[in-house]
Amino acid sequence: MTVRSDVPGDVNADEEAVRLTTQPKPVGLARKGDLLGPLRRGWRQLTSMRTALLLLFLLALASVPGGFLPQRRLNPLRVNQYIAQHPGTGPLMDRLRLFDVFSSPWFSAIYLLLFVSLVGCLIPRTRLHLKALTSKPPKVPRSLAKLPVNDRWETVNGVDQVLDQAGAALRSWRVVRREHEISAEKGYLRETGNLIFHLSLILLLVGIALGAFGGFKGTVLVVEGKGFANTVASFDDLQPGRRFSPSSLVPFSVRLDAFRATYGPDGKALTFDADVRWAPLGGAEKRDDIRVNHPLDVGGAKTYLIGHGYAPHIIVKDSTGAVIDDRLVPCLPQNPQFLSTCVIKEANTTGTQFGFRGVFTPTTVTDSTGHVGSSYPGLRNPVLTVAAFSGDLGVDAGTPQSVYSLDTTAMTPVDGGQAHALLPGQVFHLPGGASLTYADTQEWATFQVTQDPGKGLALVAAIGMVGGLMLSLFIRRRRLWVRVRAGAIDGAPTTVEAGGLARTDPDRYADEFAALVRLLRPVATPTTSSTPTSTNQEERP
Amino acid sequence: MTDQSLGQLGDGLLLATVVVYALAMLGYAGEQASRKARRAVTSVRASSQVLVGAGGPSVSLPAETVTVERASRSGRFAIALTACGWAVHVLSLVFRGFAAHRVPWGNMYEFSSAVALVAVSFFLVLVARGRVERALGAFVMLPVVLYLGLASSVLYTAAGPLVPALNSYWIKIHVAAAIMASGSFLLSGVVALLYLLRSRYDAQLTARRTPHFPVSLGAQLPTAPVLDRVSYSVIAFAFPVWTFAIIAGGIWAESAWGRYWGWDPKETWSFITWVLYAGYLHARATAGWKGKKAAWVAVAAAGALIVDYYVVNIFVVGLHSYA
Ligand code: HEM
Repeated sequence: MTVRSDVPGDVNADEEAVRLTTQPKPVGLARKGDLLGPLRRGWRQLTSMRTALLLLFLLALASVPGGFLPQRRLNPLRVNQYIAQHPGTGPLMDRLRLFDVFSSPWFSAIYLLLFVSLVGCLIPRTRLHLKALTSKPPKVPRSLAKLPVNDRWETVNGVDQVLDQAGAALRSWRVVRREHEISAEKGYLRETGNLIFHLSLILLLVGIALGAFGGFKGTVLVVEGKGFANTVASFDDLQPGRRFSPSSLVPFSVRLDAFRATYGPDGKALTFDADVRWAPLGGAEKRDDIRVNHPLDVGGAKTYLIGHGYAPHIIVKDSTGAVIDDRLVPCLPQNPQFLSTCVIKEANTTGTQFGFRGVFTPTTVTDSTGHVGSSYPGLRNPVLTVAAFSGDLGVDAGTPQSVYSLDTTAMTPVDGGQAHALLPGQVFHLPGGASLTYADTQEWATFQVTQDPGKGLALVAAIGMVGGLMLSLFIRRRRLWVRVRAGAIDGAPTTVEAGGLARTDPDRYADEFAALVRLLRPVATPTTSSTPTSTNQEERP
Repeated sequence: MTDQSLGQLGDGLLLATVVVYALAMLGYAGEQASRKARRAVTSVRASSQVLVGAGGPSVSLPAETVTVERASRSGRFAIALTACGWAVHVLSLVFRGFAAHRVPWGNMYEFSSAVALVAVSFFLVLVARGRVERALGAFVMLPVVLYLGLASSVLYTAAGPLVPALNSYWIKIHVAAAIMASGSFLLSGVVALLYLLRSRYDAQLTARRTPHFPVSLGAQLPTAPVLDRVSYSVIAFAFPVWTFAIIAGGIWAESAWGRYWGWDPKETWSFITWVLYAGYLHARATAGWKGKKAAWVAVAAAGALIVDYYVVNIFVVGLHSYA
């Protein structure tokens, strides 16, 4: 047995040697008399691991109401319903912004703090890591026996021979030889990946912000044969970002030639197709087929098919028999079998105005009480059931009216409000000679046009996140040290000590370490150390 | 064969899977029951070897050796059964897929089955690699059997086509990744719970108290550091996969609905799950949070995942409604 003398070295250097991360150290005590102390301390506190953890938990917790309660941006109707059903708590919850969680000040505060913390944490970590990348592996710690894996043996080989062997065995490592010692390190990409991941998080936030401020979303309903242009005026509903400018709208127009939906025997939708012709401003017309999962992309503005329904073709004649209206009336679906409601207003008549309330059923069934219903969403047995009203539609009063609702306060029901069921081609004769013909059935589609200038950046950030994570979680960062001492007298065996440390997965490192030691250790020489390769089960920070 | 009978064959095979897994679970439990005896044998044998000297003839101990044999036979049998169950499980999903002419993860029933398959596969890989003792099987198969049993009774849906929005190239990638990650996450959740159990068992022993059921089960478990490391490595694998699944989902949502993220309830819960697992990975690197606290975070994150799949699908209205 050789008596081990302590190798000189200092405690700080040893601490650095076993640190395999750039993560911020726990916040210590402030020095006295440091005026900037509290500020500096606060900043260190904000950028500490503990704060990051706390803010992550807060972020998860703050999202929970958004995962249970209806949210206004997704479904304003259900929010109103919820508030109406809970008159006691509803309005209070609304004031707490529980129906707008993801745009609420408290949610924003949490993620903004988290990102401030992230930036504050990343800057020093990147600096530290760049330093580590360009410097040599740290010196051998004084006591290798304290490392999680270590070994010690004697050999008849000379000091230089052992060191050369070790250098050869550690070829894929970054190795530095200092006198009789070797320090080796591997897996720098782990920290690089971790930094790429966190940096990508910041990029992602920037991408999202760009989209939220500079983007827009517009929806428009189009019946077959008609079209729309990508201009502010043509949308039924427009949701612009706060910094959106109409001049950023890509100029193009779309015409819907035909819409087709197919359904399975149970009424489940199988496919939706919108055959369109589109053209950039002043450009040639092209054909395309907009489907679910297959939008039309014109210079970054994407047109999606998001809804559809039936539009009965109606013809209205006045008492002289002259056609005063001939168009497609979009009906709004009320259930999965496409029972739909429609409103027809005839304001351009001389004298009394007409209004109709209709129910359209694509596959009509009538129950024993005479109520119509639909049993299938496809067009098998269409019926338009209408009730007529005459009088004043109120459209001239100047107050804007929805085309989908009929105000009958100044009107009287025709025929006592009785509904008439019309098959395609049938005519509803009104008193006084006017008539409404249900000619045939066409369809309509709703399109949504979106422009999101941050989308590309968000995708790049997402790729960076996954790539960074894979490096960070699959690569193991580890160090290995070898210290060789010549025998005290000529001919005495050389003593070799090796020790190692891994950031993660100590089991695999123990195997790797043992394999490396086996390469260096002469087979025939029995070990002098009473303990074989020891594995310290304790996990490193 | 008609699609319908193919689908029924798939359903029948899934039931067979549940039965085989349940038998495997009994096998693991049988091994554990004989384990105490084995420990006694090992210690006797070790001391006799010391007496005789290394390399010398080992003393034969007939009665106890039989117990050891029976224990390891029971364990090997359990592993073989698990592997058979696994193969039948794969077949059941394949038939489902052929019956519906699509990937077999279009509704909650098929999805749950696929998630369980991933968990079992991961467990088998861990055992094959020597990362955990197979005795852990009893504790892993129990939740798997319960989960599959529930899925095939409560969530049952006959094989059929998908609604158009689900019919895309990206859904296959998105859902496949989500299943990979979820099966792993659920496995890690079980292991984290076992870690907590084992820690409590150890704590009670240290405090010189006699652990009672269920804490006494801790005696059958791998050591706490092993369980902690297994649960970490499973999460470290699943987290990037989950991140990728969310991103693929965003790409799909972008092509189907015109926005890559919209805080739909399903998206919100995937986000909560993601943030909690990020919290777990952070906790393991934060002083004062390693060990039990981190394990609780892993359990909470698995809970959020279950809310994401079951509570949201069944009780909360959103765009993602399956079935
Ligand atoms: C925006 C929110 C954040 C998310 C989603 C996040 C996520 C993650 C994830 C998933 C990991 C595990 C990957 C790995 O082990 O390398 C990780 C590691 C890490 N994060 Fe964050 N992080 C966030 C913010 C922060 C902040 C503010 C800090 C600074 C205090 C920070 C410091 C670290 C460090 C040092 C590690 C490496 C831990 C280790 O060495 O194992 N992170 N983070």
